[in-house]
Amino acid sequence: MIKNISNLGDAAVYCDFGNEVNKTINSKVIKYFKTIKKNNIEGINNLTPSYNKLIISFDLNKTSFKQVKNYIENIDLEDSQNINSKKLEIPVCCDENFSMDIKRLEEILKLSREKILEKFLNKEYFCYMTGFIAGMPFLGDLDENMRAQRLETPRVKVPKGSVAITEQFANIYTFESPGGWNILGNTPLSVFDSSKEDKPNLINPGDTIIFKEITIDQYKNFNE
Amino acid sequence: MSNNYIDIIRSGINTTFQDKGRDHLYHIGIPFSGAMDNRNFLIANKLVDNNLDAAVIEFAYQGPLVKYSGEKINIAITGDVIFSIKKKDTEIKGQCYQSYQIENGDEINIISTNKSVYGYLAIGGELDLKFQWNSCSINTKANIGSNNGKKLDVGQRINIKKINSNKDIKKTNYINTKIENIRVIKGTNFDYFSEEGKKIFYEKEFKVSKLSDRMGMRLEGLKINNIVNTNIKSEGLIKGVIQVPADGNPIIMLSDHGTIGGYPKIGVVASVDYDRLVQMSPGSKIKFKEINLSDAETLFKLYEMETQNLLSQI
Repeated sequence: MIKNISNLGDAAVYCDFGNEVNKTINSKVIKYFKTIKKNNIEGINNLTPSYNKLIISFDLNKTSFKQVKNYIENIDLEDSQNINSKKLEIPVCCDENFSMDIKRLEEILKLSREKILEKFLNKEYFCYMTGFIAGMPFLGDLDENMRAQRLETPRVKVPKGSVAITEQFANIYTFESPGGWNILGNTPLSVFDSSKEDKPNLINPGDTIIFKEITIDQYKNFNE
Repeated sequence: MSNNYIDIIRSGINTTFQDKGRDHLYHIGIPFSGAMDNRNFLIANKLVDNNLDAAVIEFAYQGPLVKYSGEKINIAITGDVIFSIKKKDTEIKGQCYQSYQIENGDEINIISTNKSVYGYLAIGGELDLKFQWNSCSINTKANIGSNNGKKLDVGQRINIKKINSNKDIKKTNYINTKIENIRVIKGTNFDYFSEEGKKIFYEKEFKVSKLSDRMGMRLEGLKINNIVNTNIKSEGLIKGVIQVPADGNPIIMLSDHGTIGGYPKIGVVASVDYDRLVQMSPGSKIKFKEINLSDAETLFKLYEMETQNLLSQI
């Protein structure tokens, strides 16, 4: 299942599941991630699943590359049925104040605003990973005709809640942050909440999400 | 209400509470954070008889000016730091690596770090701070940790819940050593770079850029050419990873780094050199030296033993 296991520096193990990005490979990554997390191995202090890699960081005072590698090679994977993934609807408002890059996308994709939204909304997207900034979900895959590159010059400040796309992926900016993705709309939903220590992320790897359009009035009244 | 507290009269430019940091959160996008220079963080706590993982005040370049009110308490500063302690009638020039007893009305003026970046102020007692995921460390990017995840600011008051009973003055003769070479282990995308690029990486000097902070250290030097792809599919990062984006200038991930990145990894700083790496100020010259995994592990063990020895002698 893992194509290659190598060391990333002296305090992390780099598990390579291949180069393709798809749900099958990512599900394997997530399976390993969830099993290792549950087993709570002494010395392992972080796990970072991504599209097709899993990085396992450890405390060099407590364990070593050799020991962790050995553990991974002999792991008993959890049955996938035990992986609890959920389906979520994310409200998104695509009012012109929020959809900052719609004109750019209309030009690049050669599609009208209506077509772009039609192709984007009401479809199921798979959460491959979360991170970069706290709670940010990387979702995919977008329709073949919806794939655009990042902005040439990234924005210094992308507003919190922005729903944006690039290549085959969509994401949600959980904080105001610099960023170069094409912004389509904004969600009033809190996707990351640091006060919920056991479950700060609304969306987790393996979840399925659907973007549902809301009007500007619904957006304004959302948190009342 | 606490009767013992510290008022911040000048905040300094990047002053935060830091402790050992928080783990098991990379997968949701939250980095370790914690004190940048772990050894100096531990020594500071030991000098004032704190638990070694207690929160301290970390500052960079210009430090804070603080005024203390309350019963007698010990403080200590570590790093390479210029500071003074202003008492009622006198002003004492401070020495790092020793504890001082301060009393009601005394001021600690942390003027600056000297040819280094980070310094630590430990207070001999328990600070009244909010914990998030078992750590008070402030992550200003995600606004996580004590002080609502924000830098310390002028006019703030830090309450002290409990003062340590042991008020012996402690001292150690530790001197921060500078190193010329930062040892690195080959990265997972090392072969993305041209033969000349690899040579530049190991043989030429790089300059630490001003665009360096708790998240990352940017370097400037000869361009390291990529011959495969200047982007990879986004994947996890750890502290010490050296990424090279399209412009050919390396960026080293530090304690508050983004947890995912899409630039090729040319190398990873060996854990043994992390504390000294973060202390290299803008303008410093860095040269990388390749070592293998087993040497890196041995060197780290020796470094840790040295740290434990230092602590046991205090």
